[in-house]
Amino acid sequence: MPEKKQEALFQQAVDGEQKVEPRDWMPEGYRKNLIRQISQHAHSEVVGMLPEGNWITRAPSLHRKTILLAKVQDEAGHGLYLYSAAETLGIGRDELIDQLLSGKAKYSSIFNYPTLTWADIGAIGWLVDGAAIINQVMLTRTSYGPYSRAMVRICKEESFHNRQGYDILMTLSKGTPEQKAMAQDALDRWWWPSLMMFGPSDKDSPHSAQSMQWKIKRQGNDELRQVFIDRTVPQAEFIGLKVPDPKLKWNEQTQHYDWGEINWEEFNQVIKGNGPCNAERMAARRKAHDDGAWVREAALAHAEKKNKRNAA
Amino acid sequence: MSTTNEKDWPLWEIFLQSKKGLDHKHVGSLHAADARMAVENARDVYTRRGEGNSIWAVRASDIHASRPEDQGEFFDPADDKVYRHPTFYPMPEGVKYI
Repeated sequence: MPEKKQEALFQQAVDGEQKVEPRDWMPEGYRKNLIRQISQHAHSEVVGMLPEGNWITRAPSLHRKTILLAKVQDEAGHGLYLYSAAETLGIGRDELIDQLLSGKAKYSSIFNYPTLTWADIGAIGWLVDGAAIINQVMLTRTSYGPYSRAMVRICKEESFHNRQGYDILMTLSKGTPEQKAMAQDALDRWWWPSLMMFGPSDKDSPHSAQSMQWKIKRQGNDELRQVFIDRTVPQAEFIGLKVPDPKLKWNEQTQHYDWGEINWEEFNQVIKGNGPCNAERMAARRKAHDDGAWVREAALAHAEKKNKRNAA
Repeated sequence: MSTTNEKDWPLWEIFLQSKKGLDHKHVGSLHAADARMAVENARDVYTRRGEGNSIWAVRASDIHASRPEDQGEFFDPADDKVYRHPTFYPMPEGVKYI
């Protein structure tokens, strides 16, 4: 079948809401675009463990420690669901990891910010995971079957992350003036980077239009960002915290919040590798990978030895 | 299905039974050096909240699948045998329990 005809049939199936499965014919661009997006998502889950892992030993109680440990373990799981989905597109795990460690592949810019206080762990769960949920709920309807199924599994678990974060900030905001100030400070620092998580405005987003046509993405960056703002502002007000945006105002006419301007220069700098923690995050990932090399080799050697014995 | 070099742990496809009496369902894949590690890793990756009570791990390279491009003719033999469905046989009114 000629390529053009195949592409037309593919688009027709996608338009008819049929899921694309690994062995189906797909345009090379679709495959490449998905590998980029899914692996970027997987890397984000894995790198996302670092800022939180930083607080496991310092969480204020055994109860908070066990919760944070479970959450970080979930993030590892999410990374694995997503690597597994990316591999169905014909790329190997080793290649995906190489792309991350060599800096060729990107991960979410948000994880290049430091977690300075315990309140930051609350802000990550509430804001960062809150923003991620909105994106991921949309992606449960993505056209690629394995990606969509991974997203369903992830979304079931994210709600816990979101609530435990809000719970941390709610507790702090009811505490001493210092604790409340700590919660406010975390919101001040995490609010704008969280809004940046939705990516550039659709008109400036290099992959948006094609991704929408292929139904990899189902809603635009700006629309999702607005959903996040509309949901989150009242949550902040409820616990007596102030969103750091002087232009933020409810608009009766549009039934949405009006809000200020994202500092896209900051976003571009962090993406380019000049954020506060880019170098530290990559160094930690490379070290973990190198330190684990002997374990991977030993396990494989052990499996080979057992195979030989069984064959004999 | 994926390109794995020999230095890598092989890929395993994971199937979970959520409770006794139900069938095992594919949930995804993972890498493991051997079968025991595959089952243990599957427990940690896919059943952190009691999603399963039985795990099957199958080497991905041992799975053989039908080809989507042959789908039409491959499944064709079933298409023209409407008499395999009970609705093919009209039952007179008044006949019960059939």
